[in-house]
Amino acid sequence: MEIPYTIQIRPDTGLYNAKLGIWLFLASEVMLFGGLFSAYILLRVGAEPGMWPHGWLNVTLGTVNTLLLALSAITTLLAWAACKVRDFGKFKFFHACTILLALTFLGIKSYEYHDKLIHYEVQLTNGKFADGHLVEKSADFDLAKKTGTVTLHGRIVEDEKELMDLRAIPAEKPAEITVAAADIKKMENYGPKHNTFTAIYFTLTGLHALHILGGTLVIFYFWAFGGAMWKTDPERFTNRIEVSGLFWHFVDLVWIFLFPVLYLT
Amino acid sequence: MIVMSESEKPVCLKSYIRLCAVVFLVVVCTTSAMIATSFSHIGEGWTLKVALILAIAVVNAFLVAGYLMHLLSEKKLVYTVLAFTVFFFIGLMGLTVWATNGFPPGTATH
Repeated sequence: MEIPYTIQIRPDTGLYNAKLGIWLFLASEVMLFGGLFSAYILLRVGAEPGMWPHGWLNVTLGTVNTLLLALSAITTLLAWAACKVRDFGKFKFFHACTILLALTFLGIKSYEYHDKLIHYEVQLTNGKFADGHLVEKSADFDLAKKTGTVTLHGRIVEDEKELMDLRAIPAEKPAEITVAAADIKKMENYGPKHNTFTAIYFTLTGLHALHILGGTLVIFYFWAFGGAMWKTDPERFTNRIEVSGLFWHFVDLVWIFLFPVLYLT
Repeated sequence: MIVMSESEKPVCLKSYIRLCAVVFLVVVCTTSAMIATSFSHIGEGWTLKVALILAIAVVNAFLVAGYLMHLLSEKKLVYTVLAFTVFFFIGLMGLTVWATNGFPPGTATH
């Protein structure tokens, strides 16, 4: 059975079927991310005064990722335009650029996640807080048995609130701090369960990264195995590139709001 | 090289490259403006800064949606689908803002 309206315009909609399908899918995606942004608003306005973090994320890396995604959106559009003018070589080039840019984005995102997972906040028994990146744990370190020591590259503060707005504090050179397990009341990394900010940060950016990964796989499939369809049915192949491109632009759109919401405010 | 697309609009690769260069330049400028606003000392607290940054983000989003996704010249049905989406999205955010301080009786608040 032949699938109708893969190339021809359907008279009642004015679109080929896949294009209407992707727009309906993107509409549902808007509501998915909308729900999470809504959760972000509620968590932020519900936070205790002075307890919503500022400056926890690396703005430079976020900016680089913003520009990488913007560039990848452009190369996706150019790949579609190359198909339209029947230049398969240029299509391959532009889509290869998209894949490389997407993988770089994911690499940077992974680095940011790793940075958060090795960053620890240690509540000490004297009421102070040690905060910094993990350097090493001694071989006999065991928090439950209270044995051994842990070394962090960071600083010690009197109050947890001092760790919230990192932009407000004067630039202080971090130093190596060694803390005995016996002096630790609680030790936790900046993973998703650290507080509501890290929870919504990992949820929003994790879901977005999954979209990037899915989109990259689809684009890679067309890039690597699209030659056969290109030879037999170039118009249909071009429509597939347009549909995958619309998804990719949507992913870029989501990041356009994620970046300022999480990194800049 | 120029060919006619299915919607009978000519597609020219060179003109797309020019368009993309302009869009990318504006994206760089708007992103810089967002960062500058974030680190500036405008107003007290974050309210005004957040409003300004989100306004710039909307401009950025308009560029991507309008030019890269061709939303400025789409079919009526796509606009209809998006109009429904905008309606429900505004409803979702409206309910969120409306419910912000509406704690059920007995809820522990700070």
